[in-house]
Amino acid sequence: MKRQHDSLIVRTMSRMLIPLAQLFACYVLFFGQYGPGGGFVAGVIWTTSLILTFLVFGLKSPQGRLVERMLHGDGAGLIIFVGVGGLCLIGGGEFLNYQHLEIPGLEAAERRYVGIVLTQIGVAADVAVTGISIVVSLAFHDTQREYHV
Amino acid sequence: MTYAINIALLLLLIVTAASATFLVKELMSSVFILGSYSFFLALVWAWLGAVDVAFVEAVIGAGLATVLFLVTLFDTAPKDSRLRRPPPPLAGVLGLPLLGVLLLFAANDLPSLGDPSSPPNVHISPYYLQQSYADTLTPNVVTSVLMDYRGFDTLIETVVIFTAGIACALLLKETKS
Repeated sequence: MKRQHDSLIVRTMSRMLIPLAQLFACYVLFFGQYGPGGGFVAGVIWTTSLILTFLVFGLKSPQGRLVERMLHGDGAGLIIFVGVGGLCLIGGGEFLNYQHLEIPGLEAAERRYVGIVLTQIGVAADVAVTGISIVVSLAFHDTQREYHV
Repeated sequence: MTYAINIALLLLLIVTAASATFLVKELMSSVFILGSYSFFLALVWAWLGAVDVAFVEAVIGAGLATVLFLVTLFDTAPKDSRLRRPPPPLAGVLGLPLLGVLLLFAANDLPSLGDPSSPPNVHISPYYLQQSYADTLTPNVVTSVLMDYRGFDTLIETVVIFTAGIACALLLKETKS
């Protein structure tokens, strides 16, 4: 777990399956208006794909470092969510009333679509960073820490 | 016919997985069986029509929770993960089946699945089902309830998740000596 996994099969399969899981997470995120899914589910699927990344490739590998760097985004999702609500306030409506997002050239339905997708991206980012941060601090707490959560 | 077989099979799988989780001698095997139990529960959610919940159950219950348990077990000595169970107390052996029978008896009074006149289905659900497209212009009712009618609720839930992550990171962070 701290180093790269020994088995070639595991590494090759992970290289193929991790992008597939992330693609599915994006599908669930952007299709949440029309089918089952949404921000929370997408964030959780994204988290598991990232956790698989550093379970297989280790925290020291380039992929692991990339995942580790995502921990700096803690709270960014929340800012996106609240920010969209604030933009609705600026547009003259209530907090989180997406109809009042001031985006020129968009119908009411499209404004609501943009608002809901943006807030769901916020939820997904928040959930994903939280999941990774818990696993990283649980799994790598006994080694010398060079990362900052 | 197949309907009854499905229910019986699911029930059998869930009860087997749940009891095996408790009866198995080693914690490592227990963790994996708990993961499979979550998968069977996800099947139940999907069968009830709650596909969102099924997603989350499969990913969190079977994936994330298993990884968290395993990561914790890797840090323990082998002697800690092998269990010696004392015999169960008599009160539990006699009392729990009695409680189960009592619950089954009480379950008779629950409204049947999909009953249109049950209390949760007459309170506010009809309004959401009929008016949500006109109000929110979003085709999926679940999404419109979560992100639009109850946007504040979702916002505070996100704050709770954020706080939980921060608290875990602070608790598990090694103090510099």
